[in-house]
Order: sequence, then C-alpha cells, then structure tokens
Amino acid sequence: MNASAQTYVTEDGRTIGTPIMEMKNITLKFGSVAAISDISFDIREGEIRAIIGPNGAGKSSMLNVINGFYHPQEGEIWFRGKRRKPMKPYQIAQQGIARTFQNIALFKGMSTLDNIMTGRFTHMKTNMFWQGIWKGPAEREENENRDIVEHVIDFLEIQAIRKTPVGRLPYGLQKRVELARALAAQPKLLLLDEPMAGMNVEEKEDMSRFILDVNDEFGTTIALIEHDMGVVMDISDRVVVLDYGRKIGDGTPDEVRNNQDVIDAYLGVAHD
Amino acid sequence: MPSAFVLDADIDTFPKLLARNAVKFRGKPAYREKEYGIWQSWTWDEVKDEVEALAMGMLALGLNAGDHVAVIGRNRPYLYWAMTAAQCCGAIPVPLYNDANAEEMTYVLDHCGARFLVVEDQEQVDKVLEIQNQLPNIAEIIYLDKRGMRKYDHTHLNAYVDVQAEGRAGHARLAPIMMERQNVMNANSTSVMLYTSGTTGRPKGVVLSNLNIISAAISSSEFDTLNAGDSVLAYLPMAWVGDFIFSIGQAFWNGFCVACPESTDTMQADLREVGPTYFFAPPRFFEGVLTTVMIRMEDASRLKQRIFRIFMAHAKKVGPALLDGKPVSFGDRLKYMLGDILVYGPLKNTLGLSRVRIGYTAGEAIGPEIFEFYRALGINLKQLYGQTEATVFITQQPDGEVRADTVGVPSPGVEVKVADSGEIFYRSPSTFIEYYKNPESTADTKDAEGWVATGDAGFFEDDTGHLRIIDRAKDVGKMSDGSMFAPKFVENKLKFYPNILEVVVFGNERDTCTAFINIDLNAVGNWAERNNIAYASYQELAGHPQVYEMIKGHIEEVNRSVAQDPMLSGCQIHRFLVLHKELDADDGEMTRTRKVRRRIVEEKYSDLITALNSDATTVSTKTEVTYEDGRKGEIKATVQISDAKTVTREAKAA
Repeated sequence: MNASAQTYVTEDGRTIGTPIMEMKNITLKFGSVAAISDISFDIREGEIRAIIGPNGAGKSSMLNVINGFYHPQEGEIWFRGKRRKPMKPYQIAQQGIARTFQNIALFKGMSTLDNIMTGRFTHMKTNMFWQGIWKGPAEREENENRDIVEHVIDFLEIQAIRKTPVGRLPYGLQKRVELARALAAQPKLLLLDEPMAGMNVEEKEDMSRFILDVNDEFGTTIALIEHDMGVVMDISDRVVVLDYGRKIGDGTPDEVRNNQDVIDAYLGVAHD
Repeated sequence: MPSAFVLDADIDTFPKLLARNAVKFRGKPAYREKEYGIWQSWTWDEVKDEVEALAMGMLALGLNAGDHVAVIGRNRPYLYWAMTAAQCCGAIPVPLYNDANAEEMTYVLDHCGARFLVVEDQEQVDKVLEIQNQLPNIAEIIYLDKRGMRKYDHTHLNAYVDVQAEGRAGHARLAPIMMERQNVMNANSTSVMLYTSGTTGRPKGVVLSNLNIISAAISSSEFDTLNAGDSVLAYLPMAWVGDFIFSIGQAFWNGFCVACPESTDTMQADLREVGPTYFFAPPRFFEGVLTTVMIRMEDASRLKQRIFRIFMAHAKKVGPALLDGKPVSFGDRLKYMLGDILVYGPLKNTLGLSRVRIGYTAGEAIGPEIFEFYRALGINLKQLYGQTEATVFITQQPDGEVRADTVGVPSPGVEVKVADSGEIFYRSPSTFIEYYKNPESTADTKDAEGWVATGDAGFFEDDTGHLRIIDRAKDVGKMSDGSMFAPKFVENKLKFYPNILEVVVFGNERDTCTAFINIDLNAVGNWAERNNIAYASYQELAGHPQVYEMIKGHIEEVNRSVAQDPMLSGCQIHRFLVLHKELDADDGEMTRTRKVRRRIVEEKYSDLITALNSDATTVSTKTEVTYEDGRKGEIKATVQISDAKTVTREAKAA
C-alpha cells in the first residue's frame, strides 16, 4: 500500500481518494486504564477499512471516538481536512457519520419502516409547530424522507418486512434493518460494529454483498469491526490491527496476514 | 380440422391489439407495479409508447425478424413489454424460468438459438455470462436493473432505459421499419414460444401462433365474462403458459389491468393491496394459505376460535349452495350474513381474496376439503384442466357446476374425446403449431386431423358430462397380480393432509405399493412445537418416531378409503418412509412448476426403493444435493422404514 495521499484506483475499478478521516495520536483513558494509547491511522475516501483485534483491544472504543461518544484525552481527529473539536454525537451525525451497533440498538416495538425513518431525523428541519399542523412543509418533508428511505429498503431488499415490528424479525434481518437505518442518513462515513456477529454463512454472504454494494454504488466510506477473518480479508481494502489499546499492524489484508506481531497477538492464537 | 376461427385483420396480433387498446382504453391503467413502496401505474397509451421505444431500440441494436428473444426475470411490467416489443419487431419472445440453473438455461437458450436476451438484473446477467461461451448465437443482452452493473464490459450489454432512449432518438428512421415488420405479421405468425416444464425429459419448445393465443383469450373471456374492469396479480412464472394467457392474452383482449408484486416475498401483502377480481393459483398456494390460517387460529383466543368454528361449520353447510344459486332457507341466509360480518369478510380481506369474482386452480388435483373451504367462504374458486399445447384451456368448470373431483366441461371451441385406452385427446383453434425443431415429438403428439394427445387418462361422467382425470397415462400401470396401479390417485388422497407436502408412490409391476413421504415443515413444525418435540433440522424432524406415527395414521386412513374402490384397492400402501430431504427442482427431482419427475426420483433413490421392498427396517443412504449457487453437496442419512396396516379385499367383501 502506498502511504502517500495520492488518489488511486483499485483492481475492481473503485476510486480511493485522499484521507477523509485522520486519527492522530489518540489516547483514551477510563480512570487509569488506557483503552487506546497513542494510536494514529487514517480512513481514505471510498475505501473499506477494517479494524480488527482480540477482545478488549479497543476496537469499539475507537469507533466510539470516531462518532464522538467518547472524547479522547489526547490526540487530534481530523475529518474532511478540518480538525474536529469535541462534539456531541448528534452533531457528528449531522456531519455525515452514521453507525450500527454491536448489539442491535433498534426500537423493537416499532416497524422496520419507522426504525429506518429515524435515520432521517438529523435531516429534518421543520419544527414542532409545523409538525403539529402537519399539512404543508412537514408533510412535504416527510414524503421526501420517505422516498429516500424507500430507496434504501429497495437496495437492501427488505420490502417484505416493511411493516413488521422489528422485535419479531430474526437476528440476521434485524442487523440488516440497522444497516438500513444507518444508510438512510446518507452518510459520508459509515461505521459498522461487528455487522456479521452471530450470523450464519448465508447471512454473512448477503451482508458482505450489501456492504460491498453500498461502497460501490454510493461511494460510501466504510469502517468496520469484524471478527470473521475470512470476511475481513475478502472485503476490506486496508486493515488496522489493535491489541491492548496499541496499534500493532496496518496495511492491506496481505500485509496484515503476514505480519508476525499480528499473528502472535491475534490471528495465530485466537483463530485457527 | 377444427372449425375455423377467424380474427379481424386489425386485431390479429398483439402489437395491433396494443394499438387498439391505446385508443380504446386511453388513460386506463394497463400495468401496475409496486416500487419504492408506492403502486406505480402505466396507462395503455403509455404502455404503447414504452413498448415501441424498446422495440425501436432493439431494431437499432440489430434485431432481425424471426429472431428469438429470451426474457428472464420475475414478473415485471418492463419484461412483459419486452415480449410485446419483440413481437413488434417480428421477433418471437421466449420467456424462461428465472430460477432455472445454468444447465437448464443453456439447453433452452441453445435450442431456441436466442440472439437477444432481456434479463432482470445482475444475477441473471452473471448466469448468462457464465454460459455465454457455449452459446455463440447471443448477440445482445439487455438488462433492467442497473445496480451493480457499472463495471461490466458493455460492448454487448445494454441497459433497458438506454435501449429505449436510443429507440426514441431514432424514431424517424426506425418507426417505419417497425411498422413494416408489424404489417407482415398476421394471425398465423408465431406469437410466442414457451418451453414445457418437462416431467418426462428435456423441455420442448411449444410454438403458439397469434391465432392460438388470441382465440383462447377470446373464448375463455366469454366463458367467464371477463371485462375491462377486472384486475389480476401477475406472480406466477412468466415462462408458464397460464401467465402468458392471463397477463398478456386476456389482458390485451379485455383491456384489464395487470399488477406486478413488489418482490417475490411480498406477494401475499401485494395481493391484499391489489384485491384482484380474477385470480389463478396452483393447489399448493391454496393449501399453504389454509395451513397458515389454521395455524394462526390455533394461536387465537378461545372466544375467537369458537366463533370461527361455529361459523365455518355453517359456511361449509350453506356457502357452496349460496354460491351456486341453489335455494337456501331464510334463517341460514341470515346466519351466513352474520358470519360474513364476523368471520368470512375479515378473513377474505386478510387473504386478499375479497374481490375475487373468478378464481381458478389447476395443474394438480386439489383436496376436496381445501376446495370446499374457499367456496364456503364465498370465493368462486373453480378448476380447469389445461396444457401448454392447448394454450391452457381444455376443460373448465362453469359457474354453478363446481365440484372438487372433476375438471369441468370442454371449454368453448374445444373438442375433447377419450380414446379406448382411456387417454384424453382434444383439438381446438388454440392447439399449438408444433414443437420447435422436434418434428418427431410433434408427430407423436398431434395427428393429421389436429387431435392432440394429452398423455392423461380420464373419463367423462355420464350424467353430468364433466371430465375426470385419473392419472398420467404413462404412470398408470399394473401391479404384479394384474390389478390396476394409478399412483396419483393415492398420492392425491395423501397430499390432502396438511402434514404431507409431497408423496411418491411406487408399485408398478411389484407385489405391493410403497411410498416416499415429504413432510410439510410448516405444519409439522408447528405440530412439533405444540407437542414439545425438539428438533434441530428438517432431517431430524422427518425421522422423528412420533412423526412416523402420525404419518402412519394418515396412510392407514387412506388405505381404508382406497380399499373402497373396487378397481384400485390394490394400491394400498404397505410400507413407507419419510424422506430425509425435500424433493427439489434444483436437484432435478421436480419440474420448475413443482411436479414430481417420477422416473428421476425412482433412479436417484433406487436404494431406498429396494429397501422398501425388502424386510429392512432402516436404510443408510447418500444423496447428492445442489445448493442455490449451483455447488453440489451430499447428505448422508439413515432412514427408517415403517409398515402400515392395509385392508384386505376379502375383509371388505365379508
């Protein structure tokens, strides 16, 4: 992998641009425990970037730093060429960063459609007054947002469960609804926390296909955490490996796979 | 030869009918499809514009008159238009089963020599590209859904909208060519070629002329008084002749609206939203829906269950009579009206069948109880008997003469006769022209006078004139003691149990009859849940002793009923096994229309059949299976064999 900030085209014809997000010397502490210590890496525009590592390595913390849930004690976060000040998660969502969660965080009693509509909240501008009156701007806005949501539903092929309460859906489909909600926000950067955990082979294949399609069709930059090495090595452009809050590897799947530190810490031990 | 059926020269092809409808039904919806959560619709004049744009685009790509245009995908307005567009260019549309695997597809595409392909999406494009090196005839592929297609080599790949745009751009140059091609076509030109599902061997290409299709559409529309106000939901495979007749033939003739579901999975919900007035479904569909209703009723509150039971019993008593217009007492009518408010109406609404004026089922025999259930609800469900070669209609049940065990009287314009051997023959203006590139089969099936052999055995009832089908003539055989063996007769009786999905009975030239059973995972799974039976897989449930006990009960009941029949009492099942896998079209055990390929099953499971005819109580077997992506795998299983009690003829006589 060339470390320079040049734009390049991958073998399968996608254009990978300059870094959209740069993490510089991030350190995150909870009391005296350093969850992340002095980690730097970047995410380039249009790429699929995987973050891997054994349990407790700091992967989810890193995702939480990126989407502003945790504020690191040290280090700088640069997003789209600007240094990001500490922000609330909703402000970061407005900047175009959406995510899914390791353990599904949907509204179980609400329908698939309503859940995905919540992904549009950051884009809604009418105030409570207009929404109360409903006719006019609020209705128009709802229709526009519904249209975007319906395109997402079509894209992820979940038309059949549009009206089904999410709590009644099997796990694999719930994961897909969560992805749909994140996509509905039309993010620049999509963070996926273990999108394939607990899925069977077929569901994993489907999810991989959808992740690749999202990246390909909308040019969405994707950062994902995943434990299934087969999937990670297949779909990601670059991989960063964490262990005990430190970065021990960074590069293409091939480079990472052959990195002795990574094998010792993760691949060789935790995975056969 | 059959009586001449003459079509006016201005309505003897589908492009001409489209032109007529664009004027006659201007502004009236012709097609609907749910997309992005909203029903989109196209009026007849809009459809004409879309079809012609595509036709001219295909002309610009070099489509010749007489070329075959293969159409592959699920039911979508755009793909129906592609078929009409091909006809506008003097080409012949060939719809294919979209779930066909590469091998089946290669055979058909090679056999018809298709030059142009119109396919739905990336999945179908990939399938075609994979086999393209064996198919030198393919010139251009047109795809509908652009998703994922950006990086493909587009030398011979074209997006549907781009082809239309090119057609519109070249209107001045291309329209005259298109009109010229259309004007050459007449009633006798080939309208469409449909491949039979092939229960016995390779699929055969049935060539149907415009006269075949339009005459069938006209007489069947008159039979059931179809009109422009009707609507249908197109969800059955486009490659099947029935869909071509309902969604194109009758729709073009009457000008009614064809709605396409949003996706295959949403059919049930879309059915409810569309509320068709004219509905066709194979028995499997009605069985499946009834099973779902019963399973859900079991979960309902006790009060609801009681109301349901009381009123369904009443409906069974008077519903069919009301539907047939027979006299019913005032009190019964009143109770039925109350039931309609409380049970039948809401139920029909949930099923999406409240507006159905004419419903048909065909393809297989339907269980009398299932049939009666729908008729009791006030749904005018009828049976018809047909074939691709007949352009569907051979016999139909007229309103008021509907029964579960017959297939009705000859359709208007169709002559039917039963040969001495019991085989049914027919001829009509709608009988097919020939099997494509297969003169021997054509000669075997259709004689010089135009009589076509159905391959089915049956007889006319003396008093009613209704036709009854016994079985496929080829499948009717003799047991070793010389008595008649008709497997379907027994299989159908067994299939009427919700727990049994499929049955194959063996016994030709053997001493006793034996059977393979496929359980219905929905029904048996639900039953298992209720009875606290734990299972991890289909295979485990299928082999469960209690499941065997239950199936055995069903078989013994059927044996008692079979024993009543003097001719077929030898067909009682002595031994059976529950198969460890479902029979599947991907494994070649069934046709794409889900009919069992008896001979293939017999060959593939010969070890199991041998064991059934021995004294063994278990048998170990290995079965090759094909996964959805075409990979092959193997299932190993030890299958139990169980005996079933039979009733001896002597006992009955005593």
